[in-house]
Amino acid sequence: MSLLKVSNLNVYYGAIHAVKGVSFEVGEGEIVTLIGANGAGKSTALNTVAGLLRARSGVIELEGKSVAKVPTHKMVSRGVALCLEGRRIFQEMTVLENLEMGAYTRTAKETGEMLERMYETFPRLRERRSQAAGTLSGGEQQMVAMARALMSKPKLLMLDEPSMGLAPLLVQEIFDIIARLHDQGTTILLVEQNASMALSIAQRAYVLETGRVAMSGDANDLLHDPRVRRAYLGG
Amino acid sequence: MDFLTNLINGISLGSIYAIIALGYTMVYGIAKMLNFAHGDVIMVGSYVCFVAMNSLGLSPLVGVLLAVAACTCLGIVIERLAYKPLRQTASLAVLITAIGVSYFLQNAAQLIWGADPKSFTSVIPFPSVTLFDGQLVISSVTIVTVLASVVVMVLLALFVSKTKLGKAMRACSEDKGAAQLMGINVDATISMVFGIGSGLAAIAGVLLCSAYPTLMPTTGAMPGIKAFTAAVFGGIGSIPGAALGGLLLGIIEVFTKAYISTELADAIVFALLIVVLVIRPAGLLGKVSHEKV
Repeated sequence: MSLLKVSNLNVYYGAIHAVKGVSFEVGEGEIVTLIGANGAGKSTALNTVAGLLRARSGVIELEGKSVAKVPTHKMVSRGVALCLEGRRIFQEMTVLENLEMGAYTRTAKETGEMLERMYETFPRLRERRSQAAGTLSGGEQQMVAMARALMSKPKLLMLDEPSMGLAPLLVQEIFDIIARLHDQGTTILLVEQNASMALSIAQRAYVLETGRVAMSGDANDLLHDPRVRRAYLGG
Repeated sequence: MDFLTNLINGISLGSIYAIIALGYTMVYGIAKMLNFAHGDVIMVGSYVCFVAMNSLGLSPLVGVLLAVAACTCLGIVIERLAYKPLRQTASLAVLITAIGVSYFLQNAAQLIWGADPKSFTSVIPFPSVTLFDGQLVISSVTIVTVLASVVVMVLLALFVSKTKLGKAMRACSEDKGAAQLMGINVDATISMVFGIGSGLAAIAGVLLCSAYPTLMPTTGAMPGIKAFTAAVFGGIGSIPGAALGGLLLGIIEVFTKAYISTELADAIVFALLIVVLVIRPAGLLGKVSHEKV
């Protein structure tokens, strides 16, 4: 059984039909990526799964149970964490407070354990734990955002454009971390405009075009597919 | 010695403004709205305390506690009924609604308690303190006001910086979407902030009426506007800013009345606000944040 199964999802922004009958699934332990151009509906799909947006129609199932009507703030206890586009960390709060907020639904003991694990995964955050998160560099802020999402011990980690606005060296570092999280057993749904990076670490991928799934399949196959190469990988 | 007397009175008045300004700034911080009915909650709190003491014959302490409880509930109800349905609409709609709520409270108070001023009995039944052979007389209300505001501010600062709910409140203030994804119930948090702010307004109202004992349906309006000014002066959204802004505003007002002109005091206070905002648009302690890449 899939961890997440989305079928025939339709999402509107007012009159604009942003996601048109999209279906995808993520199996336990997988990295799945949604790629596509700006405005293809990738972020909309993620935000709808997390409950920030509501679907006009369609089914969103987590471990076989519908979660389409679950309030946003209850999704995290269902095991879904979303690391938003543009990081959206709490700039005026310290790094430690940001991480504590990530574990808002967890007990103090679990929070302590997860903090220790996050500091091991992201050693730089330990050094900077008392600093206001807004004073960190872009790459460090992305680490805060990812660690904050992981603090809830999610069954499914959704990452929206984690490489956005970062220098190439940092992009590599962020993707190394994503690969490592996957090795440690985290199930990841990744949305990226950097298609080559995303396809190189994912197992399966869906290509979204103007709100529809245009192609899907094994990430490695798509990486070498001439149509994908032409449209998203610059040849 | 006049100088010292004025300074103490200024700090006392400023403390009241600060407590009211905290409500304005916390609500603005989380709901991004100016709750112009906040001043009238002060008035309701004072009436509740007045009724408890004068009509029901309860002790001042019970009166204050009842006022705080009533205003906390009132704040939560106002938010649920008047503001929450408008959360997704233009901020102008909410602003006008807030002005409507303000008039509603004033007129409701007039219906219930009448338009004629009531003489408020001070909730602080202690004698004044006389120092330096009678040259400096400090009323007990002044002392209690300053102490109460220090206690309120310390407790609030601890709540906001140390407790889980306080941190959740700051998280909601910064980014409601991200806060929801953490599992924070944003609606409940906003209700809580309205409750806390309105409870503080009750304390401010009781202290204000103990110092200036005329109570009528419009009693809260001017202090409300002044405290709003104080909150903007200190940097709206900033809790230390509200405390600093309130304190400075009270001191400036009392000194202007004492040394320049009683009639011009309010004009000078508001002119100063304009000057500060021209120099520092975000207020004294307000922050302008930039996105980092």
